[in-house]
Amino acid sequence: MPNEPLLTVQSLTVGYGGSTALDSVSISIYPEELLSVVGANGAGKTSLIRSIAGVVRPLDGEIRWRGVDIAGFPPWEICELGIAQVPEGRELFRNLSVEENLLIGGSLKRARARRSGNIQQVYGLFPRLLERRLQAAGTLSGGEQQMLAIGRAIMAEPELIMFDEPSIGLSPSLTRAMFDIVKMLHAKKTTILLVEQNVADSLSIGDRGYVLENGHVVLEGTGAALLTNKEVRRAYLGL
Amino acid sequence: MLTLWGNVLASGILMGLVYGIIALGLTIIFGVIRIVNFAHGAMVVFGLYVGYCAGAWWGIPTIVAAVGAGALLFVFGYGLETLVVKRFVTRPHHIQFILFIGISLVLSGAQLIAFGPDPRPSVSHLSFETIAVGPIRLDLARLQAATVAAVMILALAGFLKYSTFGRFIRAAADNRLGGLMVGLPIPKIYATTFGIGAACAGGAGALISPLFDAQPFLAVDFTLLAFVTVIVGGLGSFVGALVGGLTIGLTEAFAALLFAPSLKSALSYGLLMIVLIVRPRGFFGAKET
Repeated sequence: MPNEPLLTVQSLTVGYGGSTALDSVSISIYPEELLSVVGANGAGKTSLIRSIAGVVRPLDGEIRWRGVDIAGFPPWEICELGIAQVPEGRELFRNLSVEENLLIGGSLKRARARRSGNIQQVYGLFPRLLERRLQAAGTLSGGEQQMLAIGRAIMAEPELIMFDEPSIGLSPSLTRAMFDIVKMLHAKKTTILLVEQNVADSLSIGDRGYVLENGHVVLEGTGAALLTNKEVRRAYLGL
Repeated sequence: MLTLWGNVLASGILMGLVYGIIALGLTIIFGVIRIVNFAHGAMVVFGLYVGYCAGAWWGIPTIVAAVGAGALLFVFGYGLETLVVKRFVTRPHHIQFILFIGISLVLSGAQLIAFGPDPRPSVSHLSFETIAVGPIRLDLARLQAATVAAVMILALAGFLKYSTFGRFIRAAADNRLGGLMVGLPIPKIYATTFGIGAACAGGAGALISPLFDAQPFLAVDFTLLAFVTVIVGGLGSFVGALVGGLTIGLTEAFAALLFAPSLKSALSYGLLMIVLIVRPRGFFGAKET
């Protein structure tokens, strides 16, 4: 493992109107690693991703990207650094066509020059999107929308992709396909933050993992170690 | 008889296109920024004065004045959004309402200081000229206003549909959170959108300067007109604004023919009430979610 983390979250506290979503959470992501953050609904997983992305402003704490504190940066500057996400609920532009969604994903300065090549690459990865390129994104099936959200993130040529519950609402076979895509991106050296309720699958593909509970990190370790941890097996895997 | 109806129909459609571009300005601002620009009418009157001054002081043709008014109002709208409106985007509706009423009053007051309360009639020779198309007579001022409005509508549609920034604007209107997540430059998009909306109002104002005497108190009338138009067409819908504009234009024209010219607003508001009862989201409005 390279010694310098790509992203460090230090004592991050996030709250909304009196309730605390994250309470002094610290995590690190190293270059090219696949980091799983697991936890139940309401554990603070989405708040973590949204504050890294600059969409939610943390109350306290630091978010360091290559050593620079980016907490409080606006989202468009954070995207420009190479941090992309596949959000929960996909957050596509439903009335825009598939291709327009991808074009927008590739509009950042960092990736714009290579946009047409990148679009071909996404179509190569997801031929279904090519078939439906002129269709409104809102008319796609759930699985296709998930592909589009991933494609849109890839268009930004990110160094870090954050996945927020990519398996939610998908059938078991589509979930497997989704994890295969995550593994494929990982194999291509993209750093990945995978946030999931699907504890077994995401820990088994993660290099390392954190367990979030009620806004706190309660456990951390390698994916394999966490999978065999007694607490994890009891609380999340029902074993 | 048929000729008369033809004339009224034509005149209604021509005015409808102008109403359409005014409404388009209001609807695009709402669609993207989710605020209602209650200063819209004051911006139309701003353009009206630009058209009046251009003609009366410098003899500049109305079309040129309209381009100038559009550019001026774009800059004004862009600046206003950046400096003021931006801070109110996430505030409750009633506070936004008061803000825009305030802006409207300031604009009307400035117009009152600059030009006084008396109506300033246009000096455009177009106001008195007509052209015959078969049996129908069209007055040139109206024809010119409608033609330029149609060009503006097409240009705006093309910009939104095919340009990169137009795509950004549609994306921001579609899903603001999604836009933030993929790094859309939201502040620039909002300011530009507000500028475009103001430019629609100002350009249309200058275009109708040969038809309306410029007067500060018209602001309220134009705001209500634009508001009725977009509610009938469906708030936030591009096509809705156009259809709403044509509907109101035709309603007014036929109200004047069939009843009395002074009743034309009553009929427009009557139509508004019917739409609100039967189809509250307007002809093309999105379903409430």
